[in-house]
Amino acid sequence: MLQGKKAIVFGERDDISGTTIAACLRAAGCEILYEATACFV
Amino acid sequence: MPSWPVIKSVAYCLAHVPDLVRYGSKPRRELARAPELASQLAHRLRSFKEAVSYPANQTFIGNLSPEALGGIERPWFRPPPDAKAPSRGPFGEIIDQETFYGLLLRADALQPPLLICDDTHRQRLARRLAGHPLLAHFGADLADRSMESAPAAAPAAALPLTLHDEVFGSFHGDLRAEGSDDENLAAHHLLENLCTKASGGLALTWLLHRAGIDPEEVDFVISCGEEACGDRYQRGGGGMAKAIAELCGCPNASGMDLKNFCAAPASAIITAAALVRAGVHRRVVVVGGGSLAKLGMKFQAFLDHEMPILDDALAAMAFLVGEDDGENPVIRLDPGAVGKVPVAASTSDEAVFRHYLLAPLTALGLKLTDIDRFAPELQNPEITEFAGSGDVTKKNYRKIAAMAVRAGQLAKEEMEAWIGRVGMVGFAPTQGHIPSAVPYLGHAMAAMARGEIRRAMFLARASIFLNRCTNLLDGVSFIMERNPRAGTS
Repeated sequence: MLQGKKAIVFGERDDISGTTIAACLRAAGCEILYEATACFV
Repeated sequence: MPSWPVIKSVAYCLAHVPDLVRYGSKPRRELARAPELASQLAHRLRSFKEAVSYPANQTFIGNLSPEALGGIERPWFRPPPDAKAPSRGPFGEIIDQETFYGLLLRADALQPPLLICDDTHRQRLARRLAGHPLLAHFGADLADRSMESAPAAAPAAALPLTLHDEVFGSFHGDLRAEGSDDENLAAHHLLENLCTKASGGLALTWLLHRAGIDPEEVDFVISCGEEACGDRYQRGGGGMAKAIAELCGCPNASGMDLKNFCAAPASAIITAAALVRAGVHRRVVVVGGGSLAKLGMKFQAFLDHEMPILDDALAAMAFLVGEDDGENPVIRLDPGAVGKVPVAASTSDEAVFRHYLLAPLTALGLKLTDIDRFAPELQNPEITEFAGSGDVTKKNYRKIAAMAVRAGQLAKEEMEAWIGRVGMVGFAPTQGHIPSAVPYLGHAMAAMARGEIRRAMFLARASIFLNRCTNLLDGVSFIMERNPRAGTS
């Protein structure tokens, strides 16, 4: 489903980090255009 | 039976500083872009009485337990009109802005001074401190402090320090030649640093009072604040611990600053305990002053929801770590008992929790269900939810419970009930390092003294990726237990 798609990833420290989301998406064949993790506290 | 270091005392304080909210990082940037926000912001600032009666603040200073806070219907910012709440509690106090300005004036060690006050206001601040039972010594000779080297007119970059509409003084950058052309020594950076020092001094003063020890008895101080003291050649160089020790008249103490973003207080307590255990120092103080930058961080959400600005106070805390006295709770330092998140864990939440939650318990031969209370990130949800970040504390408990289920130590259908037993509602102001697990330490000591709990685990997280040098985060944990010899003598 994600093979060949492009993704912009926003993660959050107290939820799922951007690095982790991006790793999952890459494993599914997705190209990560931008990735960031925010800390809102 | 091994002997572990103990937490001998704690202190938690707040400085309600509504007129400094505009110098928080977010408001400062937004007000520069849209000056018309200033009147909206001013309209939503709380009075001292409102800040004191706020139940989350009452919990921070120990007048309410987290369990009692959890039973109060929200919104907490609309207390009953007849609500009465003291500004002092068993753990510390909430001071008003005028008292804090007095502490700022006392904390200012530079000549020409950073905080320049006229005679009238200097005397007023001196009287304010003189009338306080614990802070009176800070007011001595304050009225006579020389302002001779101060400039006749405030430079344009100076920050006015006001109380409502009354100007108390102006806060400057380093006005000496070496202070020119250095953005690290500009007024707003140095105000951040001095706010940390002054509020840290308040917390240390309360700690000495609560512990019943003289300042001379403190051997070492570890500061765990989030400020970055230093000039252009050593931004973040530190020295805050010793500055606070000096302010509080601890002549025998040296100190150091320990940095680990929000987890720094937990890291500092572990370090202090290790220093005591190793016999390097006997009495070590961990102190964390407040964060000016975090004031008003969520102000836009509060304006949007027509709420009071709830992130309007500098928070500070202090802990005294000492040798086993057979009475106070111990910090377990057995091999593996202190939790860490190694580099190899990456940022996967499950891996992070496996390392700083499960591994220490396994090392001690314990299950998650052997812990009576978990203290994770304890941000006040009323601040974070309106800003769209959700209930950070609750999220952490769900992950802890999920790990217990995955470890086969808890049935899935028991998760919510178990969280109800081992968890608590967040109550700490969003001051970065302040809410990270350790606000519960005082309540845990009280609950252990009452025999209600035996063991608590503190889990602190650090967004170290904010340093732009790594994409990793960090986690630190420690376990505190009722002293096994307590009540036996």
